[in-house]
Amino acid sequence: MSSLVKKYIMAISGFVLSAFVFVHMIGNLQVFMPPSAINDYAYFLHHMLPWEVLWGFRFTLLAAVVLHVWTAIQLKIENAAARPQSYQVNASVVATPAARYMAFSGMIMLAFIVFHILHYTVRSTHPEFKMFMTMNDDGEKMFDAYAMMIYGFSSEFWYVSAFYIISMASLALHLSHGVSSMFQSLGLRNELWRYRLNAFAAFYGIVLFIGFSSIPAAVLISEKTGVQLLQTKPVLEGVKSWDKKSPIITNYENCLSCCPSSGKVTK
Amino acid sequence: MNIHLKVWRQKQKGDSGKLVSYDVETDEGSSFLEMLDILNEQLVAKGEDSVSFDHDCREGICGMCSLSINGIPHGPDGATTVCQLHMRRFKDGDTLVVEPWRSRAFPVVKDLVVDRGAFDRIIQAGGFITSRTGSAVEANVHPIPKPIADYAMDAASCIGCGACVAACPNSSAMLFTAAKVSHMNSLPQGKAEKDKRTLAMVDRMDAEGFGNCTNYGECQGVCPKEIKLDVIAQLNRDYAVAKTKKFLGAAI
Ligand code: HEM
Ligand code: SF4
Ligand code: FES
Repeated sequence: MSSLVKKYIMAISGFVLSAFVFVHMIGNLQVFMPPSAINDYAYFLHHMLPWEVLWGFRFTLLAAVVLHVWTAIQLKIENAAARPQSYQVNASVVATPAARYMAFSGMIMLAFIVFHILHYTVRSTHPEFKMFMTMNDDGEKMFDAYAMMIYGFSSEFWYVSAFYIISMASLALHLSHGVSSMFQSLGLRNELWRYRLNAFAAFYGIVLFIGFSSIPAAVLISEKTGVQLLQTKPVLEGVKSWDKKSPIITNYENCLSCCPSSGKVTK
Repeated sequence: MNIHLKVWRQKQKGDSGKLVSYDVETDEGSSFLEMLDILNEQLVAKGEDSVSFDHDCREGICGMCSLSINGIPHGPDGATTVCQLHMRRFKDGDTLVVEPWRSRAFPVVKDLVVDRGAFDRIIQAGGFITSRTGSAVEANVHPIPKPIADYAMDAASCIGCGACVAACPNSSAMLFTAAKVSHMNSLPQGKAEKDKRTLAMVDRMDAEGFGNCTNYGECQGVCPKEIKLDVIAQLNRDYAVAKTKKFLGAAI
Protein backbone atom coordinates (compact mmCIF):
# COMPACT_ATOMS: atom_id res chain seq x y z
CA MET A 1 0.00 0.00 0.00
CA SER A 2 1.50 3.34 -0.97
CA SER A 3 2.31 6.03 1.57
CA LEU A 4 -0.46 8.23 0.22
CA VAL A 5 -3.14 5.54 0.51
CA LYS A 6 -2.16 5.13 4.16
CA LYS A 7 -2.68 8.84 4.61
CA TYR A 8 -6.11 8.61 3.03
CA ILE A 9 -7.01 5.85 5.48
CA MET A 10 -5.80 7.97 8.40
CA ALA A 11 -7.76 10.96 7.15
CA ILE A 12 -11.03 9.18 6.39
CA SER A 13 -11.04 7.16 9.62
CA GLY A 14 -10.01 10.32 11.48
CA PHE A 15 -12.87 12.19 9.87
CA VAL A 16 -15.40 9.56 10.92
CA LEU A 17 -14.10 9.62 14.50
CA SER A 18 -13.92 13.41 14.66
CA ALA A 19 -17.51 13.75 13.47
CA PHE A 20 -18.63 11.07 15.90
CA VAL A 21 -17.07 12.70 18.95
CA PHE A 22 -18.95 15.91 18.23
CA VAL A 23 -22.34 14.20 17.94
CA HIS A 24 -21.51 12.16 21.04
CA MET A 25 -20.72 15.32 22.95
CA ILE A 26 -24.02 16.93 21.99
CA GLY A 27 -25.82 13.77 23.12
CA ASN A 28 -24.00 13.80 26.45
CA LEU A 29 -24.68 17.47 27.11
CA GLN A 30 -28.35 16.56 27.52
CA VAL A 31 -27.29 15.64 31.03
CA PHE A 32 -27.75 19.33 31.84
CA MET A 33 -31.44 19.05 31.00
CA PRO A 34 -33.88 17.28 33.34
CA PRO A 35 -32.79 13.65 33.90
CA SER A 36 -35.55 12.31 31.69
CA ALA A 37 -33.93 13.93 28.64
CA ILE A 38 -30.78 11.83 28.60
CA ASN A 39 -32.63 8.73 29.80
CA ASP A 40 -35.13 9.01 26.98
CA TYR A 41 -32.26 9.56 24.58
CA ALA A 42 -30.51 6.41 25.84
CA TYR A 43 -33.79 4.51 25.59
CA PHE A 44 -34.23 5.75 22.03
CA LEU A 45 -30.74 4.60 21.02
CA HIS A 46 -31.05 1.18 22.59
CA HIS A 47 -34.70 0.24 22.14
CA MET A 48 -36.38 2.35 19.52
CA LEU A 49 -33.65 2.63 16.92
CA PRO A 50 -33.56 -0.58 14.84
CA TRP A 51 -30.70 -2.71 16.17
CA GLU A 52 -29.19 -2.84 12.69
CA VAL A 53 -28.71 0.91 12.81
CA LEU A 54 -27.13 0.90 16.27
CA TRP A 55 -24.83 -1.96 15.36
CA GLY A 56 -24.12 -0.38 11.98
CA PHE A 57 -22.83 2.69 13.80
CA ARG A 58 -20.89 0.61 16.28
CA PHE A 59 -19.29 -1.44 13.55
CA THR A 60 -18.33 1.66 11.55
CA LEU A 61 -16.73 3.21 14.62
CA LEU A 62 -14.88 0.05 15.51
CA ALA A 63 -13.62 -0.28 11.93
CA ALA A 64 -12.52 3.36 11.97
CA VAL A 65 -10.60 2.92 15.24
CA VAL A 66 -8.96 -0.32 14.10
CA LEU A 67 -7.93 1.12 10.71
CA HIS A 68 -6.79 4.38 12.28
CA VAL A 69 -4.64 2.77 14.96
CA TRP A 70 -3.29 0.05 12.71
CA THR A 71 -2.27 2.55 10.03
CA ALA A 72 -0.82 4.90 12.66
CA ILE A 73 1.41 2.08 13.92
CA GLN A 74 2.56 1.25 10.39
CA LEU A 75 3.31 4.90 9.64
CA LYS A 76 5.29 5.24 12.86
CA ILE A 77 7.37 2.12 12.17
CA GLU A 78 8.14 3.18 8.60
CA ASN A 79 8.95 6.71 9.62
CA ALA A 80 11.33 5.57 12.32
CA ALA A 81 13.07 3.31 9.79
CA ALA A 82 13.43 6.18 7.31
CA ARG A 83 15.99 7.87 9.56
CA PRO A 84 18.20 5.14 11.03
CA GLN A 85 20.77 7.67 12.21
CA SER A 86 19.34 10.66 13.99
CA TYR A 87 20.83 14.13 14.27
CA GLN A 88 23.11 15.01 17.15
CA VAL A 89 21.27 18.30 17.45
CA ASN A 90 17.55 18.43 16.76
CA ALA A 91 15.65 21.60 16.08
CA SER A 92 12.11 22.24 15.03
CA VAL A 93 11.25 25.16 12.81
CA VAL A 94 7.47 25.21 12.48
CA ALA A 95 5.93 21.88 13.61
CA THR A 96 3.41 22.35 16.43
CA PRO A 97 3.55 20.27 19.63
CA ALA A 98 0.14 18.87 18.67
CA ALA A 99 1.61 17.50 15.44
CA ARG A 100 4.67 16.08 17.16
CA TYR A 101 2.70 14.34 19.90
CA MET A 102 -0.02 12.76 17.73
CA ALA A 103 1.00 9.22 18.63
CA PHE A 104 1.27 10.09 22.31
CA SER A 105 -2.14 11.76 22.50
CA GLY A 106 -3.50 8.89 20.41
CA MET A 107 -2.18 6.31 22.89
CA ILE A 108 -3.86 8.06 25.80
CA MET A 109 -7.08 8.09 23.82
CA LEU A 110 -6.76 4.42 22.96
CA ALA A 111 -6.46 3.54 26.65
CA PHE A 112 -9.38 5.86 27.26
CA ILE A 113 -11.56 4.23 24.60
CA VAL A 114 -11.03 0.78 26.11
CA PHE A 115 -11.80 1.99 29.61
CA HIS A 116 -14.74 4.12 28.51
CA ILE A 117 -16.44 1.19 26.77
CA LEU A 118 -16.01 -1.05 29.82
CA HIS A 119 -17.14 1.79 32.06
CA TYR A 120 -20.30 3.11 30.41
CA THR A 121 -21.14 0.72 27.57
CA VAL A 122 -20.44 -2.72 29.05
CA ARG A 123 -20.88 -1.26 32.56
CA SER A 124 -18.61 -3.84 34.12
CA THR A 125 -16.62 -1.51 36.38
CA HIS A 126 -19.26 -0.89 39.06
CA PRO A 127 -21.99 -3.35 40.11
CA GLU A 128 -24.30 -0.39 40.81
CA PHE A 129 -24.35 0.67 37.15
CA LYS A 130 -26.57 -2.17 35.97
CA MET A 131 -29.04 -1.54 38.79
CA PHE A 132 -29.86 2.12 38.15
CA MET A 133 -33.52 2.31 37.16
CA THR A 134 -35.98 5.09 36.74
CA MET A 135 -39.59 5.53 35.63
CA ASN A 136 -40.37 7.07 32.31
CA ASP A 137 -43.33 9.31 31.54
CA ASP A 138 -45.57 6.28 31.03
CA GLY A 139 -44.63 4.82 34.39
CA GLU A 140 -42.47 2.06 32.86
CA LYS A 141 -39.16 1.11 34.42
CA MET A 142 -36.15 1.99 32.31
CA PHE A 143 -32.40 2.24 32.66
CA ASP A 144 -31.20 5.36 34.46
CA ALA A 145 -28.22 6.58 32.44
CA TYR A 146 -28.31 9.90 34.31
CA ALA A 147 -27.61 8.20 37.63
CA MET A 148 -24.85 6.14 36.08
CA MET A 149 -23.07 9.26 34.82
CA ILE A 150 -23.42 10.98 38.20
CA TYR A 151 -22.21 8.03 40.21
CA GLY A 152 -19.41 7.25 37.73
CA PHE A 153 -17.98 10.75 38.12
CA SER A 154 -18.71 11.22 41.82
CA SER A 155 -15.90 12.30 44.14
CA GLU A 156 -15.44 8.73 45.39
CA PHE A 157 -14.01 8.01 41.92
CA TRP A 158 -12.20 11.30 41.44
CA TYR A 159 -9.39 9.51 39.61
CA VAL A 160 -11.89 8.38 36.96
CA SER A 161 -12.98 11.97 36.41
CA ALA A 162 -9.34 13.05 36.29
CA PHE A 163 -8.58 10.39 33.68
CA TYR A 164 -11.57 11.48 31.61
CA ILE A 165 -10.48 15.10 31.69
CA ILE A 166 -6.86 14.25 30.80
CA SER A 167 -8.10 12.12 27.92
CA MET A 168 -10.27 14.93 26.66
CA ALA A 169 -7.26 17.24 26.75
CA SER A 170 -5.45 14.64 24.61
CA LEU A 171 -8.41 14.57 22.25
CA ALA A 172 -8.32 18.34 21.95
CA LEU A 173 -4.58 18.30 21.27
CA HIS A 174 -4.94 15.45 18.75
CA LEU A 175 -7.71 17.17 16.86
CA SER A 176 -6.12 20.62 16.90
CA HIS A 177 -3.67 19.09 14.42
CA GLY A 178 -5.82 16.30 13.00
CA VAL A 179 -8.90 18.19 11.89
CA SER A 180 -6.83 20.42 9.62
CA SER A 181 -4.33 17.75 8.66
CA MET A 182 -7.00 15.40 7.33
CA PHE A 183 -7.93 17.96 4.67
CA GLN A 184 -4.30 18.20 3.63
CA SER A 185 -4.01 14.41 3.42
CA LEU A 186 -7.01 14.28 1.12
CA GLY A 187 -5.70 17.16 -0.99
CA LEU A 188 -8.49 19.48 0.05
CA ARG A 189 -6.46 22.36 1.42
CA ASN A 190 -4.32 25.24 0.14
CA GLU A 191 -2.39 28.16 1.66
CA LEU A 192 -5.56 30.12 2.31
CA TRP A 193 -7.50 27.23 3.79
CA ARG A 194 -4.50 25.97 5.72
CA TYR A 195 -4.76 28.98 8.03
CA ARG A 196 -8.53 28.81 8.22
CA LEU A 197 -8.62 25.08 8.90
CA ASN A 198 -5.83 25.32 11.47
CA ALA A 199 -7.88 27.91 13.33
CA PHE A 200 -11.01 25.81 13.00
CA ALA A 201 -9.19 22.70 14.25
CA ALA A 202 -7.98 24.52 17.36
CA PHE A 203 -11.49 25.82 17.96
CA TYR A 204 -12.99 22.36 17.45
CA GLY A 205 -10.56 20.84 19.94
CA ILE A 206 -11.35 23.48 22.56
CA VAL A 207 -15.12 23.07 22.10
CA LEU A 208 -14.83 19.30 22.53
CA PHE A 209 -12.62 19.67 25.58
CA ILE A 210 -15.01 22.08 27.28
CA GLY A 211 -18.11 20.14 26.27
CA PHE A 212 -16.94 16.74 27.46
CA SER A 213 -15.02 17.86 30.54
CA SER A 214 -17.94 19.96 31.75
CA ILE A 215 -19.76 16.77 32.76
CA PRO A 216 -17.32 15.28 35.29
CA ALA A 217 -16.56 18.84 36.43
CA ALA A 218 -20.28 19.59 36.97
CA VAL A 219 -20.75 16.37 38.96
CA LEU A 220 -17.93 17.31 41.32
CA ILE A 221 -19.13 20.91 41.64
CA SER A 222 -22.71 19.84 42.37
CA GLU A 223 -21.59 17.27 44.89
CA LYS A 224 -19.11 19.45 46.73
CA THR A 225 -20.57 22.94 46.52
CA GLY A 226 -23.92 24.62 46.75
CA VAL A 227 -24.05 25.12 43.01
CA GLN A 228 -26.52 22.49 41.85
CA LEU A 229 -25.79 21.96 38.18
CA LEU A 230 -26.85 18.32 38.36
CA GLN A 231 -28.98 16.30 40.76
CA THR A 232 -26.18 14.46 42.49
CA LYS A 233 -27.80 14.16 45.90
CA PRO A 234 -30.67 11.74 45.17
CA VAL A 235 -28.36 9.48 43.14
CA LEU A 236 -25.64 9.25 45.76
CA GLU A 237 -28.15 8.72 48.56
CA GLY A 238 -29.77 5.93 46.57
CA VAL A 239 -26.41 4.22 46.19
CA LYS A 240 -25.65 4.59 49.90
CA SER A 241 -28.85 2.89 50.98
CA TRP A 242 -28.68 0.19 48.31
CA ASP A 243 -29.32 -3.37 49.52
CA LYS A 244 -26.99 -4.86 46.86
CA LYS A 245 -29.86 -6.78 45.23
CA SER A 246 -32.78 -4.70 44.10
CA PRO A 247 -32.76 -1.95 41.46
CA ILE A 248 -31.67 1.51 42.59
CA ILE A 249 -34.57 3.78 41.78
CA THR A 250 -33.87 7.47 42.00
CA ASN A 251 -36.63 10.03 42.38
CA TYR A 252 -35.56 13.26 40.78
CA GLU A 253 -36.98 16.66 41.31
CA ASN A 254 -39.26 17.21 38.40
CA CYS A 255 -38.20 20.78 38.22
CA LEU A 256 -41.38 21.82 36.50
CA SER A 257 -40.85 25.36 37.65
CA CYS A 258 -37.40 25.76 36.18
CA CYS A 259 -37.96 24.00 32.89
CA PRO A 260 -41.58 23.88 31.84
CA SER A 261 -40.55 22.17 28.63
CA SER A 262 -39.95 18.98 30.62
CA GLY A 263 -43.74 18.92 30.60
CA LYS A 264 -45.09 15.62 31.70
CA VAL A 265 -44.55 14.54 35.27
CA THR A 266 -44.14 10.96 36.36
CA LYS A 267 -47.52 9.44 37.16
CA MET B 1 35.49 36.33 14.65
CA ASN B 2 36.10 33.00 16.28
CA ILE B 3 33.75 30.08 15.71
CA HIS B 4 33.75 26.73 17.49
CA LEU B 5 32.71 24.08 15.02
CA LYS B 6 31.61 20.55 15.67
CA VAL B 7 31.72 18.87 12.31
CA TRP B 8 30.51 15.39 11.39
CA ARG B 9 33.49 13.38 10.18
CA GLN B 10 32.93 10.02 8.53
CA LYS B 11 35.52 8.25 6.37
CA GLN B 12 33.14 6.51 3.99
CA LYS B 13 29.70 5.02 3.47
CA GLY B 14 28.75 2.62 6.24
CA ASP B 15 31.41 3.81 8.69
CA SER B 16 30.32 5.14 12.02
CA GLY B 17 31.27 8.77 12.12
CA LYS B 18 31.57 11.28 14.93
CA LEU B 19 31.52 14.99 15.64
CA VAL B 20 34.99 16.56 15.72
CA SER B 21 35.63 19.99 17.23
CA TYR B 22 37.57 22.72 15.39
CA ASP B 23 38.15 26.39 16.07
CA VAL B 24 38.10 28.68 13.04
CA GLU B 25 39.12 32.31 12.83
CA THR B 26 36.95 33.86 10.10
CA ASP B 27 35.46 37.10 8.90
CA GLU B 28 31.87 38.28 9.24
CA GLY B 29 31.80 38.92 5.51
CA SER B 30 32.64 35.37 4.52
CA SER B 31 29.95 32.91 3.61
CA PHE B 32 29.43 29.74 5.59
CA LEU B 33 31.09 27.68 2.87
CA GLU B 34 34.06 30.09 2.70
CA MET B 35 34.44 29.63 6.43
CA LEU B 36 34.65 25.87 5.79
CA ASP B 37 37.21 26.57 3.03
CA ILE B 38 39.32 28.39 5.61
CA LEU B 39 39.01 25.45 7.96
CA ASN B 40 40.09 23.10 5.17
CA GLU B 41 43.14 25.20 4.35
CA GLN B 42 44.16 24.96 8.00
CA LEU B 43 43.64 21.21 8.00
CA VAL B 44 45.61 20.70 4.77
CA ALA B 45 48.44 22.86 6.13
CA LYS B 46 48.59 20.55 9.14
CA GLY B 47 48.56 17.52 6.86
CA GLU B 48 45.10 16.43 7.97
CA ASP B 49 42.23 15.22 5.82
CA SER B 50 40.02 18.13 4.74
CA VAL B 51 36.29 18.18 5.45
CA SER B 52 34.25 17.07 2.43
CA PHE B 53 31.08 18.99 1.68
CA ASP B 54 28.94 19.43 -1.43
CA HIS B 55 28.81 22.77 -3.24
CA ASP B 56 28.78 24.07 -6.77
CA CYS B 57 27.21 27.39 -7.76
CA ARG B 58 27.49 29.08 -4.38
CA GLU B 59 24.76 31.42 -5.47
CA GLY B 60 21.68 29.54 -4.31
CA ILE B 61 20.58 28.00 -7.59
CA CYS B 62 22.15 24.58 -8.04
CA GLY B 63 20.95 22.77 -4.92
CA MET B 64 24.27 21.08 -4.15
CA CYS B 65 25.08 22.62 -0.76
CA SER B 66 23.52 20.58 1.99
CA LEU B 67 24.51 21.24 5.57
CA SER B 68 22.49 21.10 8.71
CA ILE B 69 23.55 23.77 11.20
CA ASN B 70 22.49 23.27 14.81
CA GLY B 71 19.76 20.93 13.61
CA ILE B 72 18.35 23.19 10.91
CA PRO B 73 19.00 22.30 7.25
CA HIS B 74 20.55 25.29 5.43
CA GLY B 75 20.91 27.05 8.78
CA PRO B 76 18.83 29.56 10.67
CA ASP B 77 17.78 31.91 7.84
CA GLY B 78 14.54 31.26 5.97
CA ALA B 79 14.54 31.02 2.18
CA THR B 80 18.34 30.79 2.07
CA THR B 81 20.65 28.03 0.90
CA VAL B 82 23.62 27.44 3.16
CA CYS B 83 25.95 28.81 0.46
CA GLN B 84 24.10 32.12 0.74
CA LEU B 85 24.35 32.19 4.50
CA HIS B 86 26.93 34.59 5.86
CA MET B 87 28.94 34.46 9.04
CA ARG B 88 27.58 37.85 10.13
CA ARG B 89 24.47 35.85 10.99
CA PHE B 90 26.42 34.39 13.92
CA LYS B 91 28.20 35.84 16.91
CA ASP B 92 31.84 35.68 17.86
CA GLY B 93 32.39 32.60 20.00
CA ASP B 94 29.31 30.71 18.77
CA THR B 95 29.35 26.93 18.71
CA LEU B 96 27.93 25.47 15.51
CA VAL B 97 27.19 21.79 15.00
CA VAL B 98 27.44 20.90 11.32
CA GLU B 99 25.88 17.64 10.17
CA PRO B 100 24.97 16.04 6.85
CA TRP B 101 21.35 15.40 5.77
CA ARG B 102 20.05 12.38 7.68
CA SER B 103 17.86 9.94 5.85
CA ARG B 104 18.03 6.28 4.97
CA ALA B 105 17.49 7.30 1.35
CA PHE B 106 20.45 9.74 1.47
CA PRO B 107 23.41 7.67 2.69
CA VAL B 108 26.47 9.62 3.83
CA VAL B 109 29.28 9.19 1.29
CA LYS B 110 31.95 11.05 3.25
CA ASP B 111 31.84 13.65 6.05
CA LEU B 112 29.06 16.06 5.05
CA VAL B 113 28.43 14.66 1.58
CA VAL B 114 25.34 12.53 1.03
CA ASP B 115 24.19 10.60 -2.02
CA ARG B 116 20.98 12.20 -3.28
CA GLY B 117 20.61 9.79 -6.21
CA ALA B 118 17.18 8.86 -4.85
CA PHE B 119 15.92 12.24 -6.08
CA ASP B 120 17.32 11.59 -9.55
CA ARG B 121 15.50 8.27 -9.66
CA ILE B 122 12.21 9.93 -8.66
CA ILE B 123 12.70 12.35 -11.58
CA GLN B 124 13.57 9.47 -13.90
CA ALA B 125 10.32 7.78 -12.94
CA GLY B 126 8.19 10.58 -14.40
CA GLY B 127 9.49 14.06 -13.74
CA PHE B 128 9.70 14.94 -17.41
CA ILE B 129 7.64 15.27 -20.57
CA THR B 130 7.99 12.29 -22.88
CA SER B 131 7.44 14.01 -26.20
CA ARG B 132 9.91 16.53 -27.50
CA THR B 133 8.27 19.90 -27.20
CA GLY B 134 10.75 21.50 -29.56
CA SER B 135 12.09 24.99 -29.32
CA ALA B 136 10.07 27.83 -27.85
CA VAL B 137 6.83 28.27 -29.76
CA GLU B 138 4.89 31.42 -30.41
CA ALA B 139 3.81 32.68 -26.97
CA ASN B 140 0.05 32.45 -27.48
CA VAL B 141 -0.13 28.91 -28.83
CA HIS B 142 -0.77 27.51 -25.37
CA PRO B 143 -2.80 30.04 -23.43
CA ILE B 144 -2.00 29.59 -19.71
CA PRO B 145 -3.70 31.86 -17.19
CA LYS B 146 -1.19 33.94 -15.30
CA PRO B 147 -2.02 32.56 -11.81
CA ILE B 148 -1.50 29.02 -13.09
CA ALA B 149 1.74 29.94 -14.83
CA ASP B 150 2.91 31.55 -11.56
CA TYR B 151 1.91 28.50 -9.55
CA ALA B 152 3.79 26.18 -11.89
CA MET B 153 6.80 28.50 -11.89
CA ASP B 154 6.87 28.59 -8.09
CA ALA B 155 6.76 24.80 -7.96
CA ALA B 156 9.46 24.60 -10.64
CA SER B 157 11.81 26.70 -8.55
CA CYS B 158 12.65 23.65 -6.40
CA ILE B 159 16.38 23.07 -6.76
CA GLY B 160 16.30 19.50 -5.48
CA CYS B 161 18.56 20.20 -2.52
CA GLY B 162 16.84 17.72 -0.20
CA ALA B 163 16.53 20.06 2.79
CA CYS B 164 12.87 19.11 2.99
CA VAL B 165 13.81 15.47 3.58
CA ALA B 166 16.53 16.49 6.01
CA ALA B 167 14.16 18.65 8.07
CA CYS B 168 11.20 16.28 8.08
CA PRO B 169 10.98 14.22 11.29
CA ASN B 170 9.81 11.37 9.04
CA SER B 171 12.42 11.89 6.30
CA SER B 172 9.58 12.29 3.85
CA ALA B 173 10.33 13.44 0.30
CA MET B 174 6.83 14.73 -0.30
CA LEU B 175 7.71 18.40 -0.75
CA PHE B 176 10.29 17.65 -3.44
CA THR B 177 8.17 15.06 -5.25
CA ALA B 178 5.06 17.21 -4.99
CA ALA B 179 6.87 20.28 -6.32
CA LYS B 180 7.96 18.33 -9.39
CA VAL B 181 4.55 16.72 -9.90
CA SER B 182 2.66 19.99 -9.42
CA HIS B 183 4.92 21.89 -11.78
CA MET B 184 4.35 19.45 -14.63
CA ASN B 185 0.75 18.51 -13.91
CA SER B 186 -0.31 22.16 -14.02
CA LEU B 187 0.89 22.94 -17.54
CA PRO B 188 -0.61 21.78 -20.85
CA GLN B 189 2.46 19.86 -22.01
CA GLY B 190 2.63 17.97 -18.74
CA LYS B 191 -1.08 17.35 -18.29
CA ALA B 192 -1.10 14.69 -21.00
CA GLU B 193 0.75 12.26 -18.73
CA LYS B 194 -0.54 13.56 -15.43
CA ASP B 195 -1.91 10.33 -13.95
CA LYS B 196 0.88 8.11 -15.16
CA ARG B 197 3.52 10.50 -13.87
CA THR B 198 1.88 10.92 -10.47
CA LEU B 199 1.61 7.18 -9.86
CA ALA B 200 5.13 6.46 -11.06
CA MET B 201 6.83 9.19 -9.06
CA VAL B 202 5.04 8.30 -5.83
CA ASP B 203 5.86 4.62 -6.30
CA ARG B 204 9.51 5.48 -6.81
CA MET B 205 9.51 7.82 -3.81
CA ASP B 206 8.13 5.05 -1.59
CA ALA B 207 10.56 2.48 -2.98
CA GLU B 208 13.54 4.70 -2.15
CA GLY B 209 12.74 4.38 1.55
CA PHE B 210 11.62 7.88 2.41
CA GLY B 211 9.12 8.18 5.28
CA ASN B 212 5.45 9.12 5.14
CA CYS B 213 4.29 12.71 5.28
CA THR B 214 2.36 13.54 8.45
CA ASN B 215 1.79 17.22 7.71
CA TYR B 216 4.26 18.68 10.19
CA GLY B 217 5.24 21.43 7.77
CA GLU B 218 8.95 21.43 8.69
CA CYS B 219 9.84 21.06 4.98
CA GLN B 220 8.13 24.31 4.10
CA GLY B 221 9.89 25.97 7.03
CA VAL B 222 13.39 25.18 5.72
CA CYS B 223 12.89 25.13 1.95
CA PRO B 224 15.29 27.69 0.45
CA LYS B 225 12.89 28.19 -2.45
CA GLU B 226 9.80 28.60 -0.26
CA ILE B 227 7.92 25.74 -1.86
CA LYS B 228 4.52 25.63 -0.14
CA LEU B 229 2.57 22.75 1.36
CA ASP B 230 0.02 23.53 -1.36
CA VAL B 231 1.97 21.33 -3.73
CA ILE B 232 1.67 18.39 -1.34
CA ALA B 233 -2.09 18.87 -1.23
CA GLN B 234 -2.10 18.85 -5.02
CA LEU B 235 -0.03 15.67 -5.10
CA ASN B 236 -2.44 14.03 -2.64
CA ARG B 237 -5.34 15.08 -4.83
CA ASP B 238 -3.77 14.10 -8.16
CA TYR B 239 -2.70 10.75 -6.75
CA ALA B 240 -6.20 10.00 -5.46
CA VAL B 241 -7.64 10.74 -8.91
CA ALA B 242 -4.97 8.71 -10.72
CA LYS B 243 -5.30 5.76 -8.35
CA THR B 244 -9.08 5.71 -8.69
CA LYS B 245 -8.87 5.87 -12.49
CA LYS B 246 -6.38 3.03 -12.48
CA PHE B 247 -8.53 0.98 -10.13
CA LEU B 248 -11.53 1.46 -12.41
CA GLY B 249 -9.48 0.45 -15.43
CA ALA B 250 -9.72 3.82 -17.17
CA ALA B 251 -7.11 4.72 -19.78
CA ILE B 252 -4.41 6.83 -18.14
C1 HEM C 1 -11.50 9.50 19.17
C2 HEM C 1 -10.52 9.04 18.57
C3 HEM C 1 -9.67 9.65 17.48
C4 HEM C 1 -9.94 10.67 16.62
C5 HEM C 1 -11.20 11.49 16.54
C6 HEM C 1 -8.77 10.84 15.77
C7 HEM C 1 -8.64 11.76 14.76
C8 HEM C 1 -7.53 11.92 13.97
C9 HEM C 1 -7.43 12.77 12.82
C10 HEM C 1 -8.55 13.62 12.26
C11 HEM C 1 -6.17 12.65 12.32
C12 HEM C 1 -5.57 13.37 11.12
C13 HEM C 1 -5.48 12.47 9.93
C14 HEM C 1 -4.64 13.06 8.83
O1 HEM C 1 -3.73 13.81 9.08
O2 HEM C 1 -4.89 12.76 7.68
C15 HEM C 1 -5.45 11.76 13.16
C16 HEM C 1 -4.12 11.41 13.01
C17 HEM C 1 -3.45 10.53 13.84
N1 HEM C 1 -4.00 9.73 14.81
FE1 HEM C 1 -5.89 9.88 15.48
N2 HEM C 1 -7.81 9.96 16.16
C18 HEM C 1 -8.32 9.20 17.18
C19 HEM C 1 -7.71 8.18 17.85
C20 HEM C 1 -6.40 7.82 17.70
C21 HEM C 1 -5.77 6.78 18.42
C22 HEM C 1 -6.44 5.90 19.45
C23 HEM C 1 -4.47 6.76 17.97
C24 HEM C 1 -3.31 5.90 18.38
C25 HEM C 1 -2.95 5.06 18.94
C26 HEM C 1 -4.30 7.78 17.00
C27 HEM C 1 -3.13 8.07 16.36
C28 HEM C 1 -2.98 8.99 15.37
C29 HEM C 1 -1.73 9.34 14.77
C30 HEM C 1 -0.36 8.78 15.11
C31 HEM C 1 -2.04 10.30 13.81
C32 HEM C 1 -1.02 10.99 12.98
C33 HEM C 1 -0.98 10.54 11.63
C34 HEM C 1 -0.46 11.66 10.87
O3 HEM C 1 0.24 12.50 11.46
O4 HEM C 1 -0.76 11.76 9.72
N3 HEM C 1 -5.48 8.42 16.85
N4 HEM C 1 -6.29 11.30 14.15
S1 SF4 D 1 11.28 21.36 -2.07
FE1 SF4 D 1 12.66 22.97 -1.27
S2 SF4 D 1 13.84 21.89 0.31
FE2 SF4 D 1 12.89 20.30 -0.95
S3 SF4 D 1 14.41 19.81 -2.52
FE3 SF4 D 1 13.10 21.40 -3.39
S4 SF4 D 1 14.15 23.31 -2.91
FE4 SF4 D 1 15.05 21.77 -1.58
S1 FES E 1 26.03 25.66 -3.79
FE1 FES E 1 24.49 25.87 -5.34
S2 FES E 1 22.76 26.25 -4.16
FE2 FES E 1 24.27 26.27 -2.64
